[in-house]
Amino acid sequence: MSELAFFIDSSRCIGCRACVQACEECDTHRGVSMIHLERIDEHDSVQTAPQVCMHCKDPVCARVCPADAIKQTPEGVTQSALKPRCIGCSNCVLACPFGVPNYYGKIDQMMKCDYCYDRTSAGKKPMCATVCPSQALAFTTLEEIGRTRQGTAINRWVFGAEVVETKVFVVVPRGTREVRPDLVQLGGSRHDPFDVAAMLEGA
Amino acid sequence: MANAIQKGVVRATLWGLAFAALVVAGVLVGSRGLKDFDTALVPYAGATVFASFGLAYRYAMWLQRPPTRLYWFRGWQIFLKPSRLPANIVLLVRQLFSSVGAQSFIARRGAARWAAHWFISWGSLLAAAITFPLSFGWIRFETLRTSQEQYQAFVFGLPVFRFPLGSVLAVLAFNALDISAIMVLIGLGFAMWRRARDRGALAVQQLSGDLMPLFLLFAISVTGLLLTVSTHVARGFHYNFLSQFHAVTVIFTLLYLPFGKFFHIFQRPAQLSIEFYRRASAAGPQATCLRCAKPFAGRLHIDDLKQVEAALAIKFAAPPATTGIQGTHYQDVCPPCRRKLLAITQDGLWRGHGRPRPEGP
Repeated sequence: MSELAFFIDSSRCIGCRACVQACEECDTHRGVSMIHLERIDEHDSVQTAPQVCMHCKDPVCARVCPADAIKQTPEGVTQSALKPRCIGCSNCVLACPFGVPNYYGKIDQMMKCDYCYDRTSAGKKPMCATVCPSQALAFTTLEEIGRTRQGTAINRWVFGAEVVETKVFVVVPRGTREVRPDLVQLGGSRHDPFDVAAMLEGA
Repeated sequence: MANAIQKGVVRATLWGLAFAALVVAGVLVGSRGLKDFDTALVPYAGATVFASFGLAYRYAMWLQRPPTRLYWFRGWQIFLKPSRLPANIVLLVRQLFSSVGAQSFIARRGAARWAAHWFISWGSLLAAAITFPLSFGWIRFETLRTSQEQYQAFVFGLPVFRFPLGSVLAVLAFNALDISAIMVLIGLGFAMWRRARDRGALAVQQLSGDLMPLFLLFAISVTGLLLTVSTHVARGFHYNFLSQFHAVTVIFTLLYLPFGKFFHIFQRPAQLSIEFYRRASAAGPQATCLRCAKPFAGRLHIDDLKQVEAALAIKFAAPPATTGIQGTHYQDVCPPCRRKLLAITQDGLWRGHGRPRPEGP
């Protein structure tokens, strides 16, 4: 049995916002929710998608930080910017390929999802995965995902020509090896009027 | 790559040596050829010279990181722009008052955190403002030859001001280090209280990074105060041991200064420069998102970020071979659209794969 990991399957998200509320109870950023719950096209669809920090193995946010304020724990958790160091430049906010970090001007500080480090470092599940009723956010083993889901879990992404590997997995159809949000990987689907894949293709 | 790292280390070492030499020269000149130099303070001055080397070395290494280098130069470029300089100086003074003086941005994070930081930082700065010039021989005090009741302060060998021994100013001058030690201890009380109770802090704090600096400041403050107690209350009880113990705590802290949490004292003023950068970026043309066409950041910031990414070999530019277009860049997509795009892509993958769906209406 492999170790516990975090899995996102946004096709299961029902938009209940339980994760958003639960996130506020995390001790490292109490009262402030770090999870993004996106309404994909609110005029025409009820589709929603949760986005937590993917905890990249070589985080872009940390690489572009001029203050060297973003650090990883030995477990591979990328933490919020160190308070004594963060200079509030927002480089991480703009560079993160997953659009995760937030800059809070009032306290001049970047904060983001830190894998509920207060809980996961003590062997507990992250708050969002604990409360998610549809298990769009799940904290379990790869074997359990393989046993209970149709798809497979992968953690390899390609943005432009940049390959990013993450600690957090996403559930996709079997046979998919990587997710390429900027390339045509959508099986010819053209439903999104704001489809960047199509724009990048020049369609 | 290894060669570039070696070059960087050599360059930083040279900066470190140059800065340490500057401090030594400052000691020699400021103490009028060591005439005003107190030899009892040699260990302090020696540790300060080493700390100067370490600080300059680390600062130079830090500035070699592509994002740090770019924003450091860009910050100065924006600040020194002649047409903006007077307004920038006014803004800088205001920022110094609010960010360094009152530290209001920390107050907004929490009262205990602010109290801890304000007392520790101002207590430490007060102590540093006294001990460094003293140990360098830049300031000294003497009783007047004509009156044993009058004390004369010399700065760089020049008589600057005098005060009577029984005056309030004398009490403040003679006990300034005790006052700073008490300020630091008050701050440490708040810091330890918060760190012992705040579950978030308990989860992420580290012994070497977060607690060690507090222990060092505690050791300096308590041993410093014990020197006063030994002199005034205990008739010099173990004074020699206490003074050596105090020196050890100060010297250890000076040696730790460039490598631990205290380095943020020198790194963090970059925050002031970011405010100028942010304003310049907001005042200029805005970058619009490739997907939603809404402005989401200053063009200056996005273009600088692309430069930094190129220097770091982060390849967000879409390869023309796959897109057929030159110049498309993932950096031109705003963060909310990136998040939506991930969900749409995953959704599209399932649709493309043909997830079983019920037929009919």
